[in-house]
Amino acid sequence: MKRLFVVLSLLVAASMLLAACGPSTPPFECKDALGCVDIAPGAPIRVAYAMVVEGPDASLGIDSKRGVEIAIDDKKELLGHSIELVGENTGCNAEGGQAAATKLAADKSIVAIVGTSCSSEARAGAPILSDAGLTLVSASNTAPDLTDPAKHVAGYARTAHNDKVQGAVAAEFAYASGVRKAATIHDGSLYADQLQQVFANRFKELGGEIVYQAAIAPTDTDMRPVLTEIAAAGPEMIYYPIFVAAGGFVTAQVREVSGLENVKTMGADGIFSPDFIKAAGENVKGMYLSSPDFSAFGAGYTDFLKKHETKYGEKPLSAFHAHAYDAASIIFAAIEKVAVKDADGTLHIGRQALRDAIFATKEFSGLTGKLTCSATGDCADPKIAVYEVVNPDPATWNPGAAADSNPKKVYP
Amino acid sequence: MTKSWLKRVSATDVVMWVVSLIIAGIVIYGSISSLQSGKYDGNTWKDLIVYGLTQGSIYALIALGYTLVYGILRMINFAHSEIYMSGPFASYFLASALLTSGFMDKQPWLSLILVALFAMFSSMVIAVSVERIAYRPLRKAPRLAPLITAIGASFFIQYVFKGLFGAGVKNYPELDVLKGQVNIFGLEMYRIHVIVLISAVGLMALLYTLVMKTKLGKAMRAVSEDKDSAALMGINVDQIISTTFAIGGVLAGAAGFLYAIMFRQVSWYMGFIPGLKAFTAAVLGGIGNIPGAMLGGLFLGLIESIGPTLFLAGLGIPAPNQLKDVIAFTLLVFILIFRPTGILGERLATKKA
Amino acid sequence: MQQEKSYLRQALEQGLVGGAIIVLIALLGIVEAFKERSIVGTVLSMGQTFIIGTQFLISYRTARKAGSDQKMAITGGAVTGAVSGLVLAFLVLLSMLFDLRPVFLNASPALFSILAFGQSQIVGMVLLVVFGAGIGALAGVIDTLAVRIRSTILQIVAIVVLTGLLAELIKLVLGQWPSIGRAMNWMFAGKGLSIIGAVVVALVVLVYNVYQAYAPVDPKKKPFFDAENWRGSKGYVRIAISVAVLLILPQILGVYMSEVLDQVGLYILMGLGLNIVVGYAGLLDLGYVAFFAIGAYVVGVMTSPEIAPKFFGMTFTWWEAVIPAVLVATSFGVILGIPVLRMRGDYLAIVTLGFGEIIRIVALSDLLKPVIGGSQGIQGIAKPAIGGFVFQDQQSLYYIILAGVFLAAFVAIRLRDSRLGRSWMAMREDEDVAEAMGIHLVTTKLLAFATGAAFSGLSGAIFAAKIGSIYPHSFNLMVSINVLALIIVGGLGSIPGVVVGSFALVGLPELLREFADYRLLVYGALLVWMMLNRREGLWPEEAHQRELYIDKDTPADAEA
Repeated sequence: MKRLFVVLSLLVAASMLLAACGPSTPPFECKDALGCVDIAPGAPIRVAYAMVVEGPDASLGIDSKRGVEIAIDDKKELLGHSIELVGENTGCNAEGGQAAATKLAADKSIVAIVGTSCSSEARAGAPILSDAGLTLVSASNTAPDLTDPAKHVAGYARTAHNDKVQGAVAAEFAYASGVRKAATIHDGSLYADQLQQVFANRFKELGGEIVYQAAIAPTDTDMRPVLTEIAAAGPEMIYYPIFVAAGGFVTAQVREVSGLENVKTMGADGIFSPDFIKAAGENVKGMYLSSPDFSAFGAGYTDFLKKHETKYGEKPLSAFHAHAYDAASIIFAAIEKVAVKDADGTLHIGRQALRDAIFATKEFSGLTGKLTCSATGDCADPKIAVYEVVNPDPATWNPGAAADSNPKKVYP
Repeated sequence: MTKSWLKRVSATDVVMWVVSLIIAGIVIYGSISSLQSGKYDGNTWKDLIVYGLTQGSIYALIALGYTLVYGILRMINFAHSEIYMSGPFASYFLASALLTSGFMDKQPWLSLILVALFAMFSSMVIAVSVERIAYRPLRKAPRLAPLITAIGASFFIQYVFKGLFGAGVKNYPELDVLKGQVNIFGLEMYRIHVIVLISAVGLMALLYTLVMKTKLGKAMRAVSEDKDSAALMGINVDQIISTTFAIGGVLAGAAGFLYAIMFRQVSWYMGFIPGLKAFTAAVLGGIGNIPGAMLGGLFLGLIESIGPTLFLAGLGIPAPNQLKDVIAFTLLVFILIFRPTGILGERLATKKA
Repeated sequence: MQQEKSYLRQALEQGLVGGAIIVLIALLGIVEAFKERSIVGTVLSMGQTFIIGTQFLISYRTARKAGSDQKMAITGGAVTGAVSGLVLAFLVLLSMLFDLRPVFLNASPALFSILAFGQSQIVGMVLLVVFGAGIGALAGVIDTLAVRIRSTILQIVAIVVLTGLLAELIKLVLGQWPSIGRAMNWMFAGKGLSIIGAVVVALVVLVYNVYQAYAPVDPKKKPFFDAENWRGSKGYVRIAISVAVLLILPQILGVYMSEVLDQVGLYILMGLGLNIVVGYAGLLDLGYVAFFAIGAYVVGVMTSPEIAPKFFGMTFTWWEAVIPAVLVATSFGVILGIPVLRMRGDYLAIVTLGFGEIIRIVALSDLLKPVIGGSQGIQGIAKPAIGGFVFQDQQSLYYIILAGVFLAAFVAIRLRDSRLGRSWMAMREDEDVAEAMGIHLVTTKLLAFATGAAFSGLSGAIFAAKIGSIYPHSFNLMVSINVLALIIVGGLGSIPGVVVGSFALVGLPELLREFADYRLLVYGALLVWMMLNRREGLWPEEAHQRELYIDKDTPADAEA
């Protein structure tokens, strides 16, 4: 340690000497309110991710990170520069979000950020990044308060759906399909808890009855006791907007519980994936899933899945890879719009200009629909549809298909 | 007489009684109001009991591994949860190979047995290697050193599996032979539950016989009693310890296999929570005690399954199932207050514990 | 002759072990993930460093075993290196015969192309063996050199690689002053060192070593931390300088490094507390996070504008909340302490673990959602403020944490040397004897739990202010395990050990964020390695160290 210290101080001294006699060039004048990122010719444009890539929630972040990586592969280069992805693990908790944000904020060469994974990370991390002049676009934060005008942080946008939209559509569908008594399950995550609450409130507004609001732990495997408890309340539908592992357990076990043989089941975009179909098994047939309306866009997603499989050797791990792909694409488009190239080929990107350009995104065709950002950073296509799984074979998963799609669009 | 009795009562005892009374009060009041609410019929309770027993028998099999190792080395083998995970995870690849080759459809039972054997074997290999590499050099170290090693080994195995095979959830094939219900003594039960219960009980009986009736079992008990004397009696202590780990591994692999065919999902993270539960079960039953681990596992499974509905639902607590671990741990404290060494543990808190 | 044969066999075995390690590294995806992360310019990437480094270390180990026979050392090294290369070549061969991808996720074509040096696989396999033998022989040659030269070479290599590894952080710190940052640019390339940078670093190390070789040796010089250095007038100067350094540290290092220091500081605080419970009193507590959570939640409930008005009709400042936070945590320490008074060893461990889980689940539950927010947590927690100055960012919060750590360390040291501290240690050694000696076990145990809980509560209170919003998910078992591991890695019962342990297990992983995917893997491997090779800890307490290496007849379970 001591030796390292000596080495370093000698180096610092040496380079200060060098700097004193080095030639100086007239600097580019940056007029941006938040400053500029300068990218020398041949240097890469650095975009960062802030996602949970280790620990029990890793699949959520790794999934999104891969979406960004594929977006970079597809883009190949931006204004003659390659794109470099750097990033930090956020751990899906507030302290991890804060630490990652602090580290990213200290790196002045980062242009923009795709992240965070979990809403708790954004609450602790977004203010730090925003104050440092960075703009972050999240692919999987769904908590309503993040884009609530009273609490919105200037540099924060997202391509994930606000729970307010999705939960309400789910409730409206449930009511429209004749359900009057519903039960909900959440797993103690911000996402699920929020979504089921929105669902419950909207469902009650419409005149339905919420007969039971249950909660589990995301690591639970035996769901039969909680389902038995729910069965006693006699719901016609169970709404569980949770994630793949626990969602699979609930779906697989729901028919084993007496009283729930014919209950309708419904999930949300957290389990809108072939992976979930595989985990849930045959009981998934007839289950409803809310998700962005896939009929709005074409074959892009199928293509994406193919690339994913060749690049990583497995299917997507969670539900937000396409949102992440779109988040990265929005950022790239905005960079193309605002970057200025000066005489010696150096690229200058104004941070405020970039932020404005991202927030001005309009009718951007992404994998998850036509994206338009609101003033408080909600960029997701607000068109939510409800799908019904018609075939439990994961190989038939093709929600974007024109005819015979599985799952099949049933609402609106 | 009364006076001397009073003298022996300390403030601590009074506090503990009060705590126990409060817990007992909640439990009794909650149970009565749940039962009176009329929301749950006999069938509900029967189902809950079956669920509890199936989950509990898996806990019990894992708990046996903790208890065997503890009995011999007096150490908590924290990595046991990963030993449990590695078996079904490894045999997932065998299962999917059998499925794609069509063998599984032709010979479902034989395939299942092959998969089960491979799971047990894989867990055994991991268990023995962990012992050989990480624990054996620490035989004489103070007790915290192997605990930390075990925690380290646990992380290492988890993340090696995640790194090698991916972070995603892997699914066991759905087999028709495991589906449907059977009628046992007039009780309609799912076939899979019956298979899990019978296999678990069978394995436990086998282990009990092994430890109590065979020469190897005698040697194990001798080593557990006193390593040095056992060595003097001509017992190869290292070998017995290895064997113990192997047996624990086999049971964990079997538990993992049963889990995998019942719940059909395996992942690198699946061991942690059941491991913790099984460890709790082992302590509950009296760690180091083989029937104790079985009893503790079944009891814990039952409490987790019935507890929220029986004790809490009647009190009007929202989402009681979320609190099932709270119930389990509170009852653990409750039991340990009266029996500080678990249900079947040695009566006196000897210095071993 | 017999001996030589067995030596070659050893070399062979070592080679197999090394090869297995490299195959594991490759299949875990480490080689591919870091193939473009440079250590030294385009010459050496981190992926390569892992392969070459492992081969080198394992061959060097073999060579060392050869003793004074130079020829044997070189042969042994070469054999080990070649065998490890052979194992790797076997993996390449397997990949040609089977598609490994369905099982091993990272067995991608890109990986095998790297392993085959970009050549065709057959050529690559031959190259792997030859290259391995070369590295091994080199390790053997280095082993045969004179001590001074050998140590200089190894130091140069180690420091160049280390600087390359940390280059990004060095750049980050230097980057605070744009002019220095720019002036130092020649040293770095990508995330690592440039070739010139590496040469300069190597030269500096060389010069330093040459200077050391010829500098006069001062026989009276004591190690830096030796107690004698810190006494007398000279000692005061040293103390003053150290305090000054600690005070300006966050300003020099910048925001991110301050964040790291803050995290380390919070864990030091917890570590000091748990050290009393486990290190002094010998009570194994696996649910220590509970008190941390309680401290954080009390501050949250009292200062959050969303919650506090509901209960108190007003919000409190952080300073007003911190004392109740510590008091509530302390009383929970006592509440937990009472039922577990009669339990020993592992029964205690599982009950405390359960207690930690209970607190987390209850905080998360829908039952208490109206009070403490459930999964939505508590937001808008107040930051500490003095007068008009708000401790807003990590750089200023550092001072609050530093003050907390000093306070806790002072209390811990005074307690250790007090009558109570001696009772704790007596109890740790043998409860029954301690009781027979007139130590009141109930009070002594409860005081240990209470003190430990108080430190943890304080840490939680600062944590809440630092994050600004708290969630039950932050208070999981991992925190308890981490604190326990750090006091043991640092050296059980040793206060400087807690500091060293926190830097090693909290600071280092935070600095090496780049390895996010592999962090816990390495953490696990390191814990095992530490316990096997240096179980007394990095900075052991003297009494404990003595205990660990006394005669082997002491039963392993004497320390309950």
